[in-house]
Amino acid sequence: MSLLSVRDLSVKFAMRDNTVTALNQISFDLAKGERLGIVGESGAGKSITGFALMNLLSRPGFIDSGKIMFLGDDIVQMPEAKMRNIRGNKMAMIFQDPMVTLNPVLTIGQQMVETLMAHRKLSKAEAEQIAIVKLREVYIPSPEDRLEQYPHELSGGMRQRIVIAIALLLDPQLIIADEPTTALDVTIQADIMELLLELCQSNKVGLILITHDLGVVSQMTERTLVMYAGRIIEAGRTREIINDPQHPYTQGLINALPQQTKPGQRLKQIPGSMPSLTAIPKGCPFSPRCEFVKDRCHTEAPETVQYANVEVACHEVNRLHTDKAEEIKA
Amino acid sequence: MFAYLVKRVFQAIAVMFVISLIGFAIQDNLGDPLRELVGQSVSEEVRQELRDELGLNDSFLTQYLRFAGNALQGDLGTSYFFKEPALDVILKKLPATMELVLGATIIIIGLSIPVGVYTAIYPNTILSRIVMGVSIIGISIPVFLTAILMIFVFSVEYGWFPSYGRGEIVHVFGPWETNFATVDGWMHILLPSVALASIMLPLFVRLIRAEMMEVLQSEYVKYAKAKGIRPWRIYFVHALKNTLLPVITVGGVQIGTMVAYTILTETVFQWPGMGFMFLEAVNRVDTPLIVAYLIVVGFIFVVTNTIVDLIYGLVNPTVNLARMGA
Amino acid sequence: MSSLSTPTEPSRWSRVWNSNIGYSFRRNPVAIVSLMIFLLIAIMSIFAPLIAPFDPYDLGQIDIMNSEYPPLWVDGSDAQFILGTDDQGRDLWSTILYGTRLSLLIGICAVVLQAFLGISIGLIAGYVGGRTDSLLMRLADIQLSFSTLMVAIIFLAVTQAMFGSETFNQYAIYFLIAVIGVAEWPQYARTVRATVLAEKKKEYVDSARVLGFGPGRIMVRHILPNSLSPIFVISTVQVANAIISEASLSFLGLGMPPSQPSLGSLISSGFDYIFSGSWWITAIPGIVLVVLVLVINLLGDWLRDALNPKLYKG
Repeated sequence: MSLLSVRDLSVKFAMRDNTVTALNQISFDLAKGERLGIVGESGAGKSITGFALMNLLSRPGFIDSGKIMFLGDDIVQMPEAKMRNIRGNKMAMIFQDPMVTLNPVLTIGQQMVETLMAHRKLSKAEAEQIAIVKLREVYIPSPEDRLEQYPHELSGGMRQRIVIAIALLLDPQLIIADEPTTALDVTIQADIMELLLELCQSNKVGLILITHDLGVVSQMTERTLVMYAGRIIEAGRTREIINDPQHPYTQGLINALPQQTKPGQRLKQIPGSMPSLTAIPKGCPFSPRCEFVKDRCHTEAPETVQYANVEVACHEVNRLHTDKAEEIKA
Repeated sequence: MFAYLVKRVFQAIAVMFVISLIGFAIQDNLGDPLRELVGQSVSEEVRQELRDELGLNDSFLTQYLRFAGNALQGDLGTSYFFKEPALDVILKKLPATMELVLGATIIIIGLSIPVGVYTAIYPNTILSRIVMGVSIIGISIPVFLTAILMIFVFSVEYGWFPSYGRGEIVHVFGPWETNFATVDGWMHILLPSVALASIMLPLFVRLIRAEMMEVLQSEYVKYAKAKGIRPWRIYFVHALKNTLLPVITVGGVQIGTMVAYTILTETVFQWPGMGFMFLEAVNRVDTPLIVAYLIVVGFIFVVTNTIVDLIYGLVNPTVNLARMGA
Repeated sequence: MSSLSTPTEPSRWSRVWNSNIGYSFRRNPVAIVSLMIFLLIAIMSIFAPLIAPFDPYDLGQIDIMNSEYPPLWVDGSDAQFILGTDDQGRDLWSTILYGTRLSLLIGICAVVLQAFLGISIGLIAGYVGGRTDSLLMRLADIQLSFSTLMVAIIFLAVTQAMFGSETFNQYAIYFLIAVIGVAEWPQYARTVRATVLAEKKKEYVDSARVLGFGPGRIMVRHILPNSLSPIFVISTVQVANAIISEASLSFLGLGMPPSQPSLGSLISSGFDYIFSGSWWITAIPGIVLVVLVLVINLLGDWLRDALNPKLYKG
């Protein structure tokens, strides 16, 4: 049985007179202990997906339709009290910027203990013991003293370790990490990612890693979703997507990686920029930037098809491999 | 911590020094002490002698030092009208004013926090809209007009509450006589306290609401929700403390305004406090009493501001008092 | 240079109307009604000498025998006096028109003075920085910790005692503008300084400096326009506060004298008569004062929501 199964999930934002679609019928699955990457430019709908899974969209955003089956229950239909018991307990979240995630006026200890006591019947002393164990797991020196400290007394890297420790407090089934290292110093980004990977593997926790960095995705995850303008345009095993991307957008992303460029050569960038949610083009949303664009791309939204080991939403998937496409047909 | 305290106290002393200079300058320029002492019939010779005797011909600095030295010993001169030490006159009036301020403060704190928090959590309910509408009307009515309106309605029209004075008061100790010991005392202090609170209360409701709404949008509140924390704990533990930090600072500033408003309230209700006394002293050109009032009020401002700053430092963990002292 | 900088006059009005501000104004009935009431009061007070049936400053037109006539709709009124008369027999309607004119004049002039002082100090503090900046901001802190009203009361009380009532009454309007104007500069100074610090880092200020423009020109032409929306928002609230301060001071007898009353002094002189039943001398100017302040506050609220500027807090 899969841990998480998202079906045709749509998220909309209520504007002054109308609504705009931020997530357009996305579907994906996650097995127990599986690590999934969600990549895309900012504004593609990655973070919104993360918050929708937690049912924590802030106004004016709301889930319009679809299902989010988590451990056999639909999160979309779930009453708030039951959902609250899942948040931080079965499903934990790591936010982007540790400098603003922790409450500045509460001690680390208070913020850890309250999380434990919200979900389990424990005494404060018992909760503190668990907190210390978890702080040790994320390699925080002298964890007993940290409990008394306030967030501003700690560095950004240290704070993000604490946020990871809080995510692990109740041994969740799934951790959603939304760009967990973007706000950190480059030198410690790798450390934090390594720690997260190690902990997910050893605790067999499912991970949804939201990032714009394909390099990170290739190291951390087993499967990848590529998002563009609120849609999943390509999905599959991370190795396949990195080595043999099918969607022109994914290909563009990979070609733009510095590793793909020889010294002295210019970085290959995708021309243009992502459309804003209020002005998504008709047909295929990528069509204005696509080098393989054909007439029907402007009128008809592409279906998701299985092609060369990945699922991809493109009318022109077989543009390069006509032979392969025929193979499948036959 | 200690270094910060010392620094803050030094600053307070500096401000008091400036206030005493102003006080002395007023003393020096306003009214002629000789006329108060001997009248106009005395010859110029005797006047000069008296001037020398009183030290009125000494240099400005000598006179100021004498003034400051006396002030430090609690001698702020003698009131022309009451023929009593000015400080004694004021201290007798101080409790009445303080009880009025206390009454208003209780109303403000007791109402503004729950109302502000409620309107921030449920900004779109009918009740919240009514509160916000009333609050903008509230900040648009000057204190003295609220006071007059209340007298007109509750004293003149209905006769429910007395319109002037402190009523029956009970002696506690020293110059302190309290309104809070008898029913009659309570009846007398109610309208003035409400009037004094009337402009500050809506101001604080709006401030707390605005701060709270901002805090509720913050990342750490979202994160607390993502941890599965119950709403009441998010509101009152995570959000309220962060909301009240800036409110404390504003509150410190508003204490000064409140003392100014006591002059208005006391005038309308003929409340026998410092403010009422001050206006009378102005009309009588009772210079020592005017100067003494200035210095006592300045002292109250400086002390409360210092205390509010220290409380802010103690409540806010991100303020490192030890480092600020350096 | 000048041909580049300012757009032509006629297009400006329609641009404002079609901008976000114009849109939010048209959609907000409270703002529309408030502005209309404010303009009505302002126009009526500007043209008070033309509208008022009597001149309340002309002793020849006042007859003590006419004192305390109630408004027209109350028994015992006199048809000459629409809103009745005050304790001295002055026509209340005319006196209120002149009084509103004084209240508005003092409020606006005081705020112009505040803004001038505050903006200058804020620009200097932000642009020069260093010791000047910390000294000026320290002064602002101290000034803010003393309430305006308190400072004004003491200043006016001492001035009155020093000069005697007669001289004081003659110059009361200038004293009021000066004391309310001087006491509230820190609000502006802090906001402008914060904007200057933010703008100073931006490239266009550097490029203006490289082009050889002096600091004065850079501040006035480049930095100031970026502080305009917070200055607007502060100014609306400040006018409302200044009018309240003026009324409070006049009520205490430290402002406009009864012979030349503003709304505050009119309320004050009527207060002695509410116990004897002549409520209108207090109530009608009171209502005018509250409505005036209220519409300004409502406009300020709308402006804050519409412009949403970064205001200095704390």
